[in-house]
This record gives sequence, structure tokens and C-alpha cells, in this order.
Amino acid sequence: MNFYTDNKNLEHYLKHPLMQRIVAMQEHDYAQSSEYNYAPIDFAEAVEGYRRVLELVGELCAEVVAPNAMEVENNGPTLCAGRVNYAPATIENLELFRRAGLMGISMPRRFGGLNFPRTIFILIEDIVSRADAAFGNLWGLQDCAETILNFGSDEQKQRYLPKICAGATMSMDLTEPDAGSDLQSVRLKATYSEQDACWYLDGVKRFITNGDSDVHLVLARSEEGSVDGRGLSLFIVEKECGGVHTRRIENKMGIHGSPTCELVFNHAKAELCGSRRMGLIKYVMSLMNGARLGIATQSVGIAQAAYNEALEYARSRKQFGKTIINFPAVYDMVGAMKARLDALRSLLYETARNVDMAGLFDELSRERTLTPQERAESKLFAKKADALTPIVKGIGSEIANMNAYDCVQVHGGSGYMRDYVCERLYRDARITSIYEGTTQLQVVAAIRYATSGFYTQLIEEYLAIDVPAEMLMLHGRIAAMLAAYRQAVERVQSFENQEATDFLARRLYEMAAYTLMSVLLLHDAVADGQLFAKSLHRFVATAESLICGHAAYISAFTPDFLQNYDK
Amino acid sequence: MNIIVLAKQVPDTRNVGVQAMNDDGTINRSALPAIFNPEDLNALEQALRLKDLYPESKITLITMGPHRAAEILRQGLYRGADEGILLTDRAFAGADTLATSYALSMAIKKLGNYDMILCGRQAIDGDTAQVGPQVATELGLPQVTYVKRIVSLADGKVTVERSIENGIELVKAPLPLLLTVDGSAMNCRPVNTYKMLRFHRAATPTEQAAGDYRYTSQLSSDPALTLREWSLADIDGDASRCGLSGSPTKVRNVENVIFQTKESKRYTASDEDIKSFIGELLNNHTLG
Repeated sequence: MNFYTDNKNLEHYLKHPLMQRIVAMQEHDYAQSSEYNYAPIDFAEAVEGYRRVLELVGELCAEVVAPNAMEVENNGPTLCAGRVNYAPATIENLELFRRAGLMGISMPRRFGGLNFPRTIFILIEDIVSRADAAFGNLWGLQDCAETILNFGSDEQKQRYLPKICAGATMSMDLTEPDAGSDLQSVRLKATYSEQDACWYLDGVKRFITNGDSDVHLVLARSEEGSVDGRGLSLFIVEKECGGVHTRRIENKMGIHGSPTCELVFNHAKAELCGSRRMGLIKYVMSLMNGARLGIATQSVGIAQAAYNEALEYARSRKQFGKTIINFPAVYDMVGAMKARLDALRSLLYETARNVDMAGLFDELSRERTLTPQERAESKLFAKKADALTPIVKGIGSEIANMNAYDCVQVHGGSGYMRDYVCERLYRDARITSIYEGTTQLQVVAAIRYATSGFYTQLIEEYLAIDVPAEMLMLHGRIAAMLAAYRQAVERVQSFENQEATDFLARRLYEMAAYTLMSVLLLHDAVADGQLFAKSLHRFVATAESLICGHAAYISAFTPDFLQNYDK
Repeated sequence: MNIIVLAKQVPDTRNVGVQAMNDDGTINRSALPAIFNPEDLNALEQALRLKDLYPESKITLITMGPHRAAEILRQGLYRGADEGILLTDRAFAGADTLATSYALSMAIKKLGNYDMILCGRQAIDGDTAQVGPQVATELGLPQVTYVKRIVSLADGKVTVERSIENGIELVKAPLPLLLTVDGSAMNCRPVNTYKMLRFHRAATPTEQAAGDYRYTSQLSSDPALTLREWSLADIDGDASRCGLSGSPTKVRNVENVIFQTKESKRYTASDEDIKSFIGELLNNHTLG
């Protein structure tokens, strides 16, 4: 079994035309092959390398991580004297990934990383999350290293990044009992000691994924007397320096293999990362964008696993003398799962490519001055990345939940039993629409791109594509969806009422998201009809009905409708 | 420590489909993916663990086969072997276990200067478990078979655990020697990404000369990318002891045997018992 080669869809994203440019920039026009014996000499070799690594990950996930998932779930991590002990199967998974050299995927080679683009990191994370979302968290947190790379000092990079590439685990310690979605209220106290020439942290963090990690990124209040986000700075704390212990591991609904910790900082020695007071407003915002894309990817992995489980069950389970996949009520469900999955992937990888390009231009701008044309391009990639990330995180996590729900439904009574994988997927999926910003907060982050007309403009650009005759009708239907969305935006704006806008934001967000997914899936179907055309037909039909429903709701809405709600 | 690991590329008989066998009873190699023989991977892991303990050690992987068997050498490099040698020559074709053991032992002699030879107990295509012991015999080396784990290494002696019926035996033996490792030993570590991205370019001179080889410009800066390729002449072999002509095994025909009874008999290791056992096998035409 191999979770990469058994899913032909994944390879498709390696073939996207923009990949040539992403890889050339990532590889500095292939200049590193003389310095590092594992650096590619050209695009063809780079892609061959990605393919080989994806195949290796697919094998490790199918042969070890997925079979271990049940044991990871049942045994889970334990707490002993303030330290977290992973389940034995988790240790096996981590050790395997360390030995395979999969802990520094996107770090530069000079720090011991593989220097892979973000898009490839996400393909790997897609596969790992399908095998076990909980292990996906522990492994995926290596992405926090980006923050040290982008904002840390040279000395910090030299000290931490090679360790992380060799397998040191990470955590981002943001949430506190009174600072969840509202991180401006973080209270954990940072004090500078002139005598020791270092910072010390005191206080409590809560709900910290992999909280007993080797290298922590901690958001803390460095400016005494400040009350908002401008008084917060970001710190690096190393486990081996002591001062941090785990007081409790939360007893969660799902992702049992991923310890969620309550941490106590007791005069813990810390290093400032970047500049004071920029902790929340700059670094955590960047960290969270990366983490959101990570959760979107985890959602895709879970949605894939749920579809696979449902399809296999529906093709083997017989009732009334035939396998249940032959009943329209069942194949409608299973077909909808696959359509949502494919459309979501189209959106995920489009987001990933934009995040890649934005990051690469950012890096280039630190090496040399960009030309005016490059600056304009860079700005557009960054804007697309910012606009697409809250869409793919929010909608992706909702789709993971829909697929997990339908997967249990296809299994009938068996799906409610703890014997089947689908039951774990159902519980694991539930967190995706909550952590790293709830779906409601993704709507808040996205709505300005709806009201500014940016999503409309983006969809229009995507619609300017030559399509083969058999997809012309679909293209027309997507254009009609865009028209309905545009009309809905205009109507909401015509109220000139902030509460009404906030109230209807979720519906506008979903209309934009489903239209975007439709048009991006159309792009993939134009490139490979064999793989995507059927999903496209099914997805456009569902998206259309959702958009018509929301359009009807908004066209009947007037602000006085809000009186019907008691608070 | 200089460690030699013998490995074989085999058809993956663990996932046999309907086209796995030809009509004449031989294996249809094109229908099955070619893989690193599983117990040879167990042997490689034991070698790698020694190298973990003694980082100055060198692991040389040797395989005999057609040109495409070089893939096994690359797979070994991805996991941590230091170099690979492919024995390939038309004269080696059609070898049974005896001719194979002869060729491998000549290659080992040519390489010289080794402390330990490790190989899998048996290959999943032939299941004979003969090559390891025969190589040891050719080289006049002590051998320990069915090794589960290398326990320690001290004063020129190695202590190993070997699997026996109903238990484990602890054996101490002097270096140099040959060990055959069985499937109860630890699984081999995974392919390492960094090594794979480098060594997927590794190639034999024949492969490097092929038109589609793309890494010629890397060869001078990274000599480890050139895999050695030895012919019959390179190992000073006697052609009459190689390939078909050196193989006393003749397959007359292949048939399905369905065992009718489940009873078992026990024989001791005495000459008398072995004689009576062979007599019985001759009588019921299992042999001869």
C-alpha cells in the first residue's frame, strides 16, 4: 500500500504550470547543486526528487502511520512529573520520520533542511493527515521553524534550525485561559533581567498542542502596564533550559495522539525573537497564517480518509441483494464527498502556490531591490494568499466535517461503533473548524475581501480561461454563480448597516468559497478531464443549489429581520 | 570494521497475481515488481547498527544480476550503505545457488579486507537458504545462520542471537565470519530523504553511458555516484563454475504438490536418522 501512488490526484498538482517558477525561485535558479550534493541541477530533477519523497511518505504512512493510528488513539500520551510521554506508537512514528529525514522539509539547506517549496510540504502534510491527523499535528509543527527563519537573529537560526531539521519538536504557545480567540488579552509575563542579560517568563498557557515540545514559541507580555496587542512579544524557550512544565493533558473528543497541554512557566529562561512589541501584530499573524494553511491541509487529509472509508464500505456492504453503492441515496452521498474533496484540493493548492510565490518574493526582496514589476506581482501574490487562506481554512474544515459525517452515515449502525476508522475521523475532524481560528473568525478575516470586490475580481480572472466544448455549459453556470454572488454583495452593502453585514457575512463567505472552488476545479478539469470532469459536474450542481439558497435568503433579508433574535 | 552485505533483487512474491507464473512453471518476472529481498534488508539493518556503533565502518553492498539490479545498490545507499558493486556478465546468467555462491565469493576475495559478511537467510523467489552457507564454505569462513540480532562485538569475536526451534541460542564466534540474518531480526530503517536525493544519481558505468543519464557533470565532484560493475574477468572467475555451466541444479518440471497428511516425524541429527530420512524421500520421489 502507498498513500501517494494510490491517489492519482496528488501528482496532478506537481504538474501545474506555476510550479516551474516556484521551484526555480526556491532553488535560486539551481545554483546550489555545486554546494550541496542533494540539491537538484534543474527543474526535472527537482520534481523527480519531490515525487520520490512523496512516494516514500506514501509508503511510510500506509505501512506504519495509518496502522499505528488505532494504538496511538487508544494509548495516547501520558503525564508524568510535569513531562509528556508519547504513546509508544507515536514514538515509533516520530523516530521513523526523523530517520527518513522528513523533519526539515522547507528549511534552507544551510540549516540542514530539504529546501522544498511550501506546495510540496503541503502535499506531504495532505498524505500524513490522511493516515493520522494527530500525528500530522506533531510532525506539522515543524512549520513553526519558519518564524525563526523569517524573524529570528542569525545566531538563533544557527542554534535552533539544525536541531529542528534533525527532529526537535515544536509548539506555539499562544492561548491562555482568558485569551483564546482574543489574543490581545495575553497575560503571560516576560521580565528582562539586566543581571542575567536574558528574559524570564512566568504564567500559564492553555490548550497548547504538543505543549511539552523541545522548542517553544511563546507569546508574552513584555511591556509592563500595557493592555493590548502592542505590548506583546514573541519568545523562544527551550525545554532543556527548564522552567516550563505540563500541569495537565486535556481529555479531548478527538486527535488523542496529539497532547493538548496546560503549561506552567516558572521563571523560564527565554530569548526574544525579533523585535519587542511585534509579537502579536507581526510574528503571530504570520505564524497563524501558516498554521491555518496547515489545518486546511489536515482537513483535506481527513476528508480524503473519510471518502476512502465510505467508498470501500459502500462497495462491499450488501443489503436488499446488492451492494449499497448502487442505491442513489448512497452514491449521491459518496459522490458528493469526492466532489467536495476534489474542489477543496483545487482551492488548497491554488492557495499554496500563492503562499509560495508571496514568500519567495519576500525572500528575494531581502536579497535585492525588486523591480517595479516584481513589486506589483509580489503584492498581488501576497494579497491572493491572504484572501484565500481564511477561505480554505474555514471551508476546508467544514468540508472535513461534512465528509466525516457522511462517512459515518454510509456505514450505518457500524459507523457508530468504535471498531471502524470512520468513528475516529468523525471526532478528529471536529477540531479543524475550531482551532487556529474558528470558522466564524475565518469569515471575519475574509469578509473585507468580499466587500472590497477582491473575490469577485479574482473569480473573474479565473473565469477567463479557454474551456473545451463539453465544459462550456459548466463555465456558464459558474459565471451565473458569480453574478448571484456579486448581486448579494451589492445588496448587503446597500443596507449600510455593520450588524447586518456581520450577520450575513457567513453566507457571502460561503457563496465566494463555493464559486471559487467551482472555478478552480474547472481549471483542474481543463488540465485533466479524466481526473476531474465528473467531480466538476457534481460539485457545480451542489454549489449552484447552495448559492441559489443563500441568494434567496439575502434578497429577502432586510435589517429589521434581526429583531427576531433574542440575545 | 569492513562489512560486506550480500543482497538480491527479487520479484515481489508477496503480492502474487494471476500472471505471476509462466505456463512452464517459471516465474514471470515482468509481472511482479522487483524489490530488495526482504531478509537482505534485515541483514543490511544489522550492518547499519554496527556502523551506528562504529561510525568509521564501511558497508559494501554486493549484488549479482542483470544491469537493472543496480537499483538494489541504490536502495542500499538510500538507507546508509557506503558503496555498491554489481556483478554482471552474461556468463553469470542462469546460475543456481552453487554458481551464485562461487561468483559472490570470488568478488569478495577480490574486494578483500573484510571483517564480516552479512546476508539474508534466504530469498523469497528461491527459498533455498543455500547461498549464505555456500559462500562461507567457498571462503573457508565460520558461519552463523538464522541470526536474529548482533549482541556485541569485542576482542575480535562477535556474539549473536540466533533463532532456533522453540527458542534463541547465543553464539560467540571469531571474525571474520559470515552471518545469515532471518526475518525475525529488526526491520530495516527507512530510506533517508537526503541520501535518496543524492544517490538516485548513482549509476554503474553502463548506466552512465546510456543516453538518458543526466548527471554526468556531477560525477567528478561526487565520486560515490559511480557504482562499481564487475564482470567474470574482473573477479578472475572460472567460466565453467559460473552461470548455467556451473549449475548442477536442473529443473525437470514444476508441479503443484498438495500435502495430504498433516502428520509430522522427528529425526535426530544422527547419521543413521539422516540416512533413513533421505532414503524415505528417495522412495516417495520427493528427491530424485
